Amino acid sequence: MLVFLLPSAIPLALFVLGPMVAAAWISLTEWNLLAPATWVGLDNYAKLLTDPGTADVFLHTAMYIVGYLPLVYVGGLAIALALNTALRGRTLLRGVYFLPVITSWIVVALVWRWLLNPSNGVVNTVLGFFGIEGPGWWSDPAWAMPSIILASAWKDVGFVMVILLAGLQAIDPELVDAARVDGAGWWRRLFSVTLPLLSPATFFVVVISLINGFQVFDQVYAMTGGGPGGASQVVVQQIYDLTFRYGSAGEASALSWLLFLVILAVTVVQIRGQRRWVNYG
Amino acid sequence: MRTTAFAAVGIAAAAAIALSGCAAGDAADDGQVTITYTNFISNDGNEENLQAIVDAFEEENPDITVEVTTLPYADYGTALQTDLAAGTVADLFDIEYANYAQYQANGVLAELPVENTDAYRQSLLEAYQTDGTQFALPSSFSAVVLYYNADLFDAAGLEYPTSDWTWADEQAAAEQLTDAAAGVWGDHQPVSFYEFYKALAQNGGDFLSEDGTEVAFNTPEGIEAAQWLVGKSGTVMPTIEQGQGTPDFDTNLFKDGKLAMLHTGIWVFGAVADVPFGWDIAVEPGNAQQASAVFSNAVGVSSGSEHPEAAAKFAEFLTSSDVMVQVRLDSGWELPPISDEAALATYLEKDKPANRQAVFDSLDGIALPPVVAEGQQEMQDIMTEELVEAQSGRKTVEEALASAEERINAVIGR
Repeated sequence: MLVFLLPSAIPLALFVLGPMVAAAWISLTEWNLLAPATWVGLDNYAKLLTDPGTADVFLHTAMYIVGYLPLVYVGGLAIALALNTALRGRTLLRGVYFLPVITSWIVVALVWRWLLNPSNGVVNTVLGFFGIEGPGWWSDPAWAMPSIILASAWKDVGFVMVILLAGLQAIDPELVDAARVDGAGWWRRLFSVTLPLLSPATFFVVVISLINGFQVFDQVYAMTGGGPGGASQVVVQQIYDLTFRYGSAGEASALSWLLFLVILAVTVVQIRGQRRWVNYG
Repeated sequence: MRTTAFAAVGIAAAAAIALSGCAAGDAADDGQVTITYTNFISNDGNEENLQAIVDAFEEENPDITVEVTTLPYADYGTALQTDLAAGTVADLFDIEYANYAQYQANGVLAELPVENTDAYRQSLLEAYQTDGTQFALPSSFSAVVLYYNADLFDAAGLEYPTSDWTWADEQAAAEQLTDAAAGVWGDHQPVSFYEFYKALAQNGGDFLSEDGTEVAFNTPEGIEAAQWLVGKSGTVMPTIEQGQGTPDFDTNLFKDGKLAMLHTGIWVFGAVADVPFGWDIAVEPGNAQQASAVFSNAVGVSSGSEHPEAAAKFAEFLTSSDVMVQVRLDSGWELPPISDEAALATYLEKDKPANRQAVFDSLDGIALPPVVAEGQQEMQDIMTEELVEAQSGRKTVEEALASAEERINAVIGR
């Protein structure tokens, strides 16, 4: 039977487990990619844990997740609920909302950088019509992360929508109708019938989005490069910079492992906690 | 079943090893040699010019084939590091002066014997020597000069910039040329590490201490130099919010006729050649002294190359042959690193810009980038980041320099 696992086991071993083991070894060395690596034991971990910069990049990543997750979930749910009705053109709309998901992040990031251009972008120009002076978006440290969150939520909302839509279609309409007959209003039906029955799909979305959130990189790299002044420097951007700009592949590998452990811990907590709120019917 | 699974994994692994082994053994028996060359110097417009040099070399050396890979400058460093780490680096690859010391110290460059050293401009050749041994050959050099829009100067009734100009002259002209209502800006100079070390030299200061282990820019001269760069933003130069600092912003503004003075390298001659207004160049104004940024690219042979002789032969051809000189001068593709002043004379006779003598005049006082053995990139990034903090008004110039001093010392002193 094991032979049927090979199509996924071989790529997994080659491209996931192999690099993970290699990274664990590299994290115990000092390596600038050019000269041979030298063994330094746990120095890289000690350095990371005492460097205030490490807390900063994890904090920025957490800020991203806190802003991104509610936005993308509520947005995805709203669209899924709307497209689960007998709306005209809903097939077309489902495709339209999914389009950003399959678009390259570099393209999306460049478009958003342009939309959010502080001086002549569309967003600030439109805000200007209403007499609102738009913020400095990606040029202002306070707004850099909100800019990235906005673009990310826009891109990923279609993915969340598709998962939730599938969950919604698995809900027996008779249950919703029965609640309606009993006099439950739209909000009551949403919170007491739909959302509890949707909880497996919600769980999946939350787990996947959290993992993706911790690994946020492309949009940061393309929109702000971690700036201005390091205000949007996230963990993976830091790993990239350490490896390819600053010749510290050992420290970068150690940071990768720290990130892995954090994601692992968060995911274990979620899976442990799911029996409290996930309802598999 | 279990044994079958492990056997299959084993076969796959063996196949992978065998396949990668095949790829490495391309040395042919008939004396025919293929060498690979990864470059950024020809990217964005000079690919055919490089090919012309390669074709001429292959004609002279029928037993050597050169495979060229061209990468954009922005991705080049990452790609090169990855190739070096993976052991898949080309026989020859481009490097820049600022990175030479680091690559040499890490042993990735092979010794490069030169047959005819007299062909080269000696200062450039020596820039790529370590303890008297040549480890790379200069492939070109270029300088940063002051471009100006002559029509805008005429309209404002101002004299054109000359090589005698100082910061004060530039400042005065920039203020008169800036016309916010018309969207015309007087001046543009990037706020970055590269401009700062040069402005510092123009102001008589040094970036690094004499032994190179700590910075020396947090001085009155340094603060004045940083103020010179930062102070332009929002007065005579667009702000970051208005797009300053994004790629090609300054060149495009100049081409649109909306910028009177532009600090950039001679490598954009071609890009601005056909603008519908008069333009020319001058030596960059200094303050205490004249100092121009000079950049040089070079080509090195990988210490892991299986064909070091063939690679060295091509490296010398690429950097000193008559064909190369002709191709570079005809196309205006930076300057050939040669000693023969007579050959360079044709460069001066060409038009657009007319004052090409300024390129050579700027070599009279040059500011070379500060180079450290460890943490070069981090040093550059920190400097630019802190200057931009000051430019954005989030820090004063004094705070930014003090912070840069502390952070850079921590990086280069370890």
